[in-house]
This record gives sequence, structure tokens and C-alpha cells, in this order.
Amino acid sequence: MSILIDKNTKILVQGLTGKTGSFHTEQALAYHGTQMVGGIHPKKGGETWDGSAPLPIFATVAEGKEKTGATASVVYVPPAGAAGAIIEAIDAEIPLIVCITEGIPVLDMVKVKARLEKSKSRLIGPNCPGIVTPDECKIGIMPGNIFRKGSVGVVSRSGTLTYEAVFQTTNAGLGQSTAVGIGGDPVKGTEFIDVLEMFLADDETKSIIMIGEIGGSAEEDAAQFLKDEARRGRSKPMAGFIAGRTAPAGRTMGHAGAVISGGKGGAEDKIAAMEAAGIKVSPSPARLGTTLVEAIKN
Amino acid sequence: MNIHEYQAKQVLKGFGAPVADGVPVFRASEAEAAANKLPGPLYVVKSQIHAGGRGKGKFKELPADAKGGVRLAKSVAEVVANANEMLGNTLVTKQTGPAGKQVNRLYIEDGADIERELYLSILVDRSVGRVAFVVSTEGGMDIETVAHDTPEKIVTLAIDPEKGVTAQDAGKLNAALNLSGNAAKDGEKLFPLLYDAFTTKDMSLLEVNPLIVMKNGHLRVLDAKVSFDNNALFRHPDMVELRDTTEEDAKEIEASKYDLAYVALDGNIGCMVNGAGLAMATMDIIKLYGEEPANFLDVGGGASKEKVTAAFKIITADPNVRGILVNIFGGIMKCDVIAEGVVAAVKEVGLKVPLVVRLEGTNVELGKRIIRESGLNVTPADDLDDAAQKIVQAVKGN
Repeated sequence: MSILIDKNTKILVQGLTGKTGSFHTEQALAYHGTQMVGGIHPKKGGETWDGSAPLPIFATVAEGKEKTGATASVVYVPPAGAAGAIIEAIDAEIPLIVCITEGIPVLDMVKVKARLEKSKSRLIGPNCPGIVTPDECKIGIMPGNIFRKGSVGVVSRSGTLTYEAVFQTTNAGLGQSTAVGIGGDPVKGTEFIDVLEMFLADDETKSIIMIGEIGGSAEEDAAQFLKDEARRGRSKPMAGFIAGRTAPAGRTMGHAGAVISGGKGGAEDKIAAMEAAGIKVSPSPARLGTTLVEAIKN
Repeated sequence: MNIHEYQAKQVLKGFGAPVADGVPVFRASEAEAAANKLPGPLYVVKSQIHAGGRGKGKFKELPADAKGGVRLAKSVAEVVANANEMLGNTLVTKQTGPAGKQVNRLYIEDGADIERELYLSILVDRSVGRVAFVVSTEGGMDIETVAHDTPEKIVTLAIDPEKGVTAQDAGKLNAALNLSGNAAKDGEKLFPLLYDAFTTKDMSLLEVNPLIVMKNGHLRVLDAKVSFDNNALFRHPDMVELRDTTEEDAKEIEASKYDLAYVALDGNIGCMVNGAGLAMATMDIIKLYGEEPANFLDVGGGASKEKVTAAFKIITADPNVRGILVNIFGGIMKCDVIAEGVVAAVKEVGLKVPLVVRLEGTNVELGKRIIRESGLNVTPADDLDDAAQKIVQAVKGN
């Protein structure tokens, strides 16, 4: 087992014909034959994407879903149109929507979130690197060569730190069950808790790495969730990391979500909450793998 | 992006918010004419800088017992005298840091008879993914202090984006602010229009502190602080025109031209990283090994060679930088693009400090080869730990 995606996942690409969409669709096709089944472009319906494996282009997500049996979509549409693209996928009842786009206006995401709450879809992102289940399926922009099939569930707010965690657990010989980047925006589709619940329920996932960063209280919420679950007898060895220990207050550090305001959202509070929930928090982003190995031993 | 108080009030007035009459002033010689446009007899002279705590702030150049950055004046002559004393001087407040900010603009405003001071702000509450009002009866003071000392006096109300501010919401806000009579009627109008301003203009923060009840029983927006969501500025060219670049760091302005996320810091090691999380983590690991980062710099996902070159130039232009660490874990970002950008920048601006480059991820072999074959004096690193240790050692050795 794995979570969210596997070798049976069929994926539509919203924004396939753009440079980023094309490049990463090629990468996905090359990754153990990830099932990319088509692209969406409102004006190019009926045409064919001229990649290494030609893909049909549909005018709408609904049509693409009907004709291909797609179970997921990935969004590479530029910021101004990205929220519209997500809403189109929600309306087409795509079960899993992964939005890679960075820089979507936050109030657009507030509208998306309201639609999402009434829907059957799950959204991962936006501003995220996507999801990978090693040797089966790759959605998004993560480099495939660093993965290895294994037992660690990785969940992260930061894209490139997800890669660090994957790379280090591969080097430690553990490998990954699934890696999920939930994204760095303040308003997003899926939070830590949602993914942690899936990892706790997944038999193949034997341990978990959770990477947070400054801003908001999602890490504290996740820590509380883990404490409550542990009391019910559900727990797995966990390592963690919080980026932004040295960030100054009141400044946005790249991610719109990464800002310490009003004394809240600071790294030390998050680390304390995570450690109180039994997560071994690494002081260095270079020791995620070794810290997890220690957590598993104890 | 932040704007000045007088600009924020102008924007809110456009949506129908009750604000006092006022005139912005850029030179002391304009103060008299400005005051004469107002009814009097009470005036307020307010420093316009992008930082809070102005009232309690102190001017560096003036004696310690001089008045702060917001002053009452009881005649036109007093307005002029205060303007002469304030303009061009440096105001140090709780939020400016010890360096302070030069006051280049004043706002001369009609005075108000204050009965009560309240607090109101609108922001995006990320825990529920909705726009929310934050209100308190304890206005006119630092809201962080209120949150710390008396959290029960702060009320948060999230708004359903599909309904907007309902009559029920307005009633709840009126009750939380303990408003009745004319003030409550004003509130019923004010709350929806502030929400309208917030959502129409893609604000990230709208803070009214204080919102006042005047002696005549009506509400007035006495101070206003507005920030915009940078991701939405593309659809608000009229708001972008309000930007005051003299309030921003020169290096950060240069970086924003190239769409680079850059924050200037105080240390010696310049960093160029892809991804905000990895960029923060890179700062953290530098500190872990005993040095300080000179900046936060995320080149982003789809960086071009030109963008990377620009980023490298911004880092090298900082005189505090004594070593540079390039840390790339390519996903959407390709290592060869980074390598080409770094090589081009070094050829253009030279390299006077140690440079450590760590590449991993998409097209890593190609990137490493470009660096190797460039003949530049670059120290390669195997992983993040190795990279951080190498640059810290190099800087300490210098």
C-alpha cells in the first residue's frame, strides 16, 4: 500500500502545453511509466500533445475525465488562472487535484477552499512539489532519481526540503512509502493532520518524517493530533524539522505562509510542541535521515 | 506591499469609510496651506513611515524630551512648528529597529473628540482558510500586548466567502465592540464596506487601530494600516502606484525586479537557494555551524539564467558578504541553469570571496560539469552538511 497515488492512478495535466507542464509530464512518463492520460486546454481541444508519448488534449476537465477515466489532475496553470483551473477540476469531481503553481492570490484560495469543503475532491497544494509513490507514480516536480521504494512516509510544507528528506532516507537505506508536499501557502487544500492520518493508517508506512516551517499553527495542531492518536494506541516513529529558526519576526520568508506575526508561528514553539508529541526534531536539515534512524531504534 | 496611512485612508474613503479630512505634506513649506484647508481648531500632525508605534516613537536628532511622531496642534502656527521639527528627521519606534526611519511625509489631519478607542483588523485566518475580523474593545494600544495580557478581550469572526458580512456578523461585531445607538448603526455600514475594500483590493492586512467612537456617538477610522498580497498586485495597478520605494531596502527592490524572494539580514554568508523552506534551512544550518547568513534568497522554481545572474550580483554587491553558499536541490529548477547563471555572473562581476556550490536533483550531472569545466575557483560540496561546513570554514579562515 501507499497513500493517495499508486500505479493505477490516471492523471490529467492542466497546463500541459506550457513549458513547465510539458517538461514535468515528460519526467513523469519516464518515471516508471506514470499514467499520464491527457492534457486540458480550452482552445486546443481535439489536438494532440507532441511529447515522447502523444497525449490527447481536451477542452475541459469534465471531458478529459469522461474519456480517459482520470482519477487525478495536476495543475501547472500560471497564478492568474490557477484557482479557476482548480475549481474546474472540483466541478468535474476529480478525486485528487495537485496544484504546483506558486504565487496564487490568497483570496483566490479562500474561494477555492470554500468550494472544496462542499466537494468530493482532495486538493494538495498549491505551491507544492507534488506527490511521489516510489516506482509507481510521480505527480508534480520532484526529481524521481532520489526516491527508493521503502517504508518512510514524508510530509512537508517545503518543496526542496521534501527532496532533502527523501534523499537522506534513501541514503539511509529506508526508502519511502509515499512523499507528499502540502505546499507553502497560508491557505491550502490539505494540512499535516490529513496526511498524518493517512500515514498512520497505511501498513506500508513504518515511520514518518514531518517537515514544517515558521508561520501559522499547523505544526502545533499536528502535534496535538499525534498526541491524541498515541493515546488511542496509534503511533509510529517520527522525525521532524522546522525551517526558519533564524528568521526575523514580521518578514515574509519567500513562502507567503512563512511569517512570524504577533509572537506566534515561531520555530521554538513548534519544536517544543512536536517534541512533546514524541517527534524527534533534528536541529539540522542535513540530519533528517540519521535522526529518523535513531527514532526507529528507540 | 505596504502603503502609508494617508494613502490607506484615501483607499478606504473610496469605499465609503468615515475618515477625517486631511492633507499629506512633503515639505515643511506646505504645512501652513495644508492646515488652512482643514476646519480646526484641533489638528493632528502624523509622521508617515511604514512602521507602527509612531506616537510613542522618538526622533533621533531631537532632545529626549521632545514629542513623538504623532502630535496634536491647537493652531495653524503649531502645525507649522511641528512640521518643521519632524520632517527630514529620523523616527525610531518599536517596529523600526534602532536605525529608525527618515520622515519624508507628514499627514495633517482634522482632530477628533474621542469618547472610546477600539481595535479592528481584517486578515486571512489560515487556520480556517477564511477572511476574518479581529476586534477588541481595547484599542489605541499595541494589540500584541492585549493578546498577551488579556486574550479574552480579542474576538475573531471568520466570514463565509460566499455570503460576505451578514447582518448577523455585523451584530456579533457590534456586540464584541460594545457598540449601540448611532455607533452600532455606523458599524452595520462600516464592517461590510471594510470587508469589501479588503477583498476587492486583495489586501493581506487591514488594521484600524484605533477605530474611535466620537463624542457625537459616531464611528471614525482614526488610523489605518494596509498591506497588499504581493501575489495579487498584478490585478491592481492603481495600488502599485502607491508604493513608496524609499521605505524599502535597495537590495530588496532590485531583487523584486527579477521576481526573487530576497530579505536582507545582518550576517556575512550570502546564500542563493531554491525553495523558501530550503533557503530558511540553509540559514539555520549556517547559524548551527557558528556563522550568520547575510540574506534569505529564494531564486524560485522557474528561474532563468538571467535571474540567477541577477541574484548573484545582488549578493556580491552586499559589502558584508565574506563568502557565498549556493545550495540547489533541483526539482522544477534545473541544476544546469543555476550553474550557467553562476558562471555567467562570476565572469561578469568577478569573485572576491570564497564560493561553495552544492548541486543535487534535476540535471545534476550536467550542472556539475558546467561548474567543473568553467575553470572558476569554486568549492564543490557533496551535501548540505558538507556545504555549510565548507563555507563557514572558508569565511572563518579569511
